[in-house]
Amino acid sequence: MNDFFDEMLDPAGSGDAAKMRGPYVDYGRWFETEDPHRIHQKALQAEAFFRKTGITFNVYGSQDADERLIPFDVVPRIISAGEWRKLSRGIEQRVRALNAFLHDIYHRQEILRAGRIPVELISNNVAFLPQMVGVDPPGRIYTHIIGTDIVRTGPDDFFVLEDNARTPSGVSYMLENRETMLHMFPELFSQIQVREVSSYPANLNRSLSACAPPACNGKPVVAVLTPGIHNSAYFEHSFLADQMGAELVEGHDLRVVDGRIAMRTTQGYTAIDVLYRRVDDDYLDPLNFKPESMLGVPGIFDVYRAGGITIANAPGTGIADDKALYSYMPDIIEFYTGEKPLLNNVPTWRCSEPDQLQYVLDHLAELVVKEVHGSGGYGMLVGPAASKKEVKAFREKLKARPANYIAQPTLALSTVPVFTKKGLSPRHVDLRPFVLMSPDRIEITPGGLTRVAMTQGSLVVNSSQGGGTKDTWVLEE
Amino acid sequence: MLGKTAAGLFWMFRYLERGENGARLLEAGFRIALTRSATASAEWKSILATSGALADYEAGHDDYHSDTVISFLLRDKSNPASVINNMKAARDNARLVRTALTREVWEATNEAWITLQDLLAKPVRQRDLPDALTVIRQQMAVVRGAMAGTMLRNDGYNFARLGMFLERADNTSRILDVKYFLLLPSFAQIGSSLDQVQWETILRSVSARRAYRWLYGTDINPMNVAEFLILHPQMPRSLAFCSQKIMNNLAHLELDYGVENQSCRMAKAHYQMLKDSNIDGIFEQGLHEFVGSFLIDNGALASQIQHDYRF
Repeated sequence: MNDFFDEMLDPAGSGDAAKMRGPYVDYGRWFETEDPHRIHQKALQAEAFFRKTGITFNVYGSQDADERLIPFDVVPRIISAGEWRKLSRGIEQRVRALNAFLHDIYHRQEILRAGRIPVELISNNVAFLPQMVGVDPPGRIYTHIIGTDIVRTGPDDFFVLEDNARTPSGVSYMLENRETMLHMFPELFSQIQVREVSSYPANLNRSLSACAPPACNGKPVVAVLTPGIHNSAYFEHSFLADQMGAELVEGHDLRVVDGRIAMRTTQGYTAIDVLYRRVDDDYLDPLNFKPESMLGVPGIFDVYRAGGITIANAPGTGIADDKALYSYMPDIIEFYTGEKPLLNNVPTWRCSEPDQLQYVLDHLAELVVKEVHGSGGYGMLVGPAASKKEVKAFREKLKARPANYIAQPTLALSTVPVFTKKGLSPRHVDLRPFVLMSPDRIEITPGGLTRVAMTQGSLVVNSSQGGGTKDTWVLEE
Repeated sequence: MLGKTAAGLFWMFRYLERGENGARLLEAGFRIALTRSATASAEWKSILATSGALADYEAGHDDYHSDTVISFLLRDKSNPASVINNMKAARDNARLVRTALTREVWEATNEAWITLQDLLAKPVRQRDLPDALTVIRQQMAVVRGAMAGTMLRNDGYNFARLGMFLERADNTSRILDVKYFLLLPSFAQIGSSLDQVQWETILRSVSARRAYRWLYGTDINPMNVAEFLILHPQMPRSLAFCSQKIMNNLAHLELDYGVENQSCRMAKAHYQMLKDSNIDGIFEQGLHEFVGSFLIDNGALASQIQHDYRF
């Protein structure tokens, strides 16, 4: 495991305490005096708690286990105040640039005129929503909620892997993980000063309300739109609605009434001002997008254009986290902020370009190849982990539609130990901090969701592929 | 409150009540099967009829062995009226309206579901049945207790209670509908040997043997049993009791919303009719006809509520 950077243990250190890296020193001291048996008991308790509370997700394509638990590991992932300062500045810069990019791309398209990114990348992109051209979202905010995926490869080496600008999920796990840790190990939190995360739902509510549409009079009515109880993230949808004190609605609860989107209540129809939708663009409005969708609201897009409702995130934000555009992020950041990017992009080969495609084909077994519009770890190739047969099959797919793929080096993701029956054992992790954007501020909850590959050596952290989560601590200054 | 949320609460508590009643009926049937094996088949048949599952059962089975019937009523996933399916439907509705439930009510419901799933994963042996039925009743009682102890007395609470009492009234009238011949005065005069045990079974199926004794003494006679189940204002499963609760819940909703509705008028008339009745009159009219028309009115009221409150 020496090839990988472990965030907790420093192999160069000597003696038990010296082995702990800075942010973990206090935790390490606590851990060494703990009885492993007790920690094991606590881990079982945590699982029972998750099951009882129904903190589950649904897996598509698996028959039996309709609802599954995401494995939770009791060892926290700890980030120092200094590391966080650096990360949050970089994320803020990036989010600002993305929102400016979206406004530009749906209005004057200065970045295309300036020749900083190729026109075809936008014009041929299915994530670009022509219906959004010229539309002004309330408060000029497109990306109300962003989840920036970050990986680490060394003490100072952070990379942004992905900007989830559509409907990033996982924030409920961030919150419940902390609740669980507080419940199980209260003494840790009195010994170590950890920045709190629990105000996220209130911040979300405030942030969404600050983007109320012109038609809103009085206190904005916020609702969460879910595809329903069979959606993989249904728990999160109901959790957020509950925590915000907002209604949880489905498409069939809504209709257009007097130029507003209204929900059917026991006392008639009530207008909604801000809709936090957890439904994809395509399914939002059968009149304007996919006609067969049963999940959306006929006519909502027309109401939106007329300023009758705020949709968060705005339709069409998918163009900002498109993987084909990802490699241009450094240019995008420079173009809109006039600054150098604070956080690195992962080097990316665009398979749409012949010489880069050739390189990818020649080095397929070493690279990670992703579908441009894919997510959730579906449809990707992890070269070093794939069999020869899989690599061969993927080569054909790649040759058939090169523009559908990008490739990246297999990153040596950092590890953080998980608690096992045999003691601590390193596992690869990533990090998804959650960002809220409103006209007057950008808020990043300290920490975020740490996803962890529960299988030793595995680099895939997605929960749909068996990944687990950890509580993420950002230490007070 | 969303119409969908009101519907979810209403159905959650309907299914919960239905599941609990199913367990209670099973308990009564099992008892008679043990003590009077000669009449067991007839008894199981009437229990299946009361659960509305007789046709489904007969479509797949030729006999009425206790084990087969018990399994069908308790854990058969193909039987929509089985206890496990009712629990699942209750929990699915609870999941749908999670935001309208307190944490305690949700957790109690989820835990009841998890417990029943484990408990009923394999066939329940006869010697384990009494314990299993106790666990089921307890789990459901915890949900009701959590609701009583933690839910705001708002519109949501009223919708939940409406579902519960409509279902309960429906259940009691089904028991009466299936067993009405046992309660006719002529039956008592015949003095058949089935007598006491049959009437006791009816009381057992509504968990009210002791309550009956408090009110009427140890002598069980059919007129009293009928009066107890239909008209007694203190008996929590009687038609009159349920009817009054339904009326009150609807009146609360009217007050809360400041709008008068057809459903509340119907409930008032329904209750008034029961209040003005006495057991002699009911027998004169015909018990069977009386119960039949009650079932129809109860169903109509449920539909009207769903219409008035935009479920």
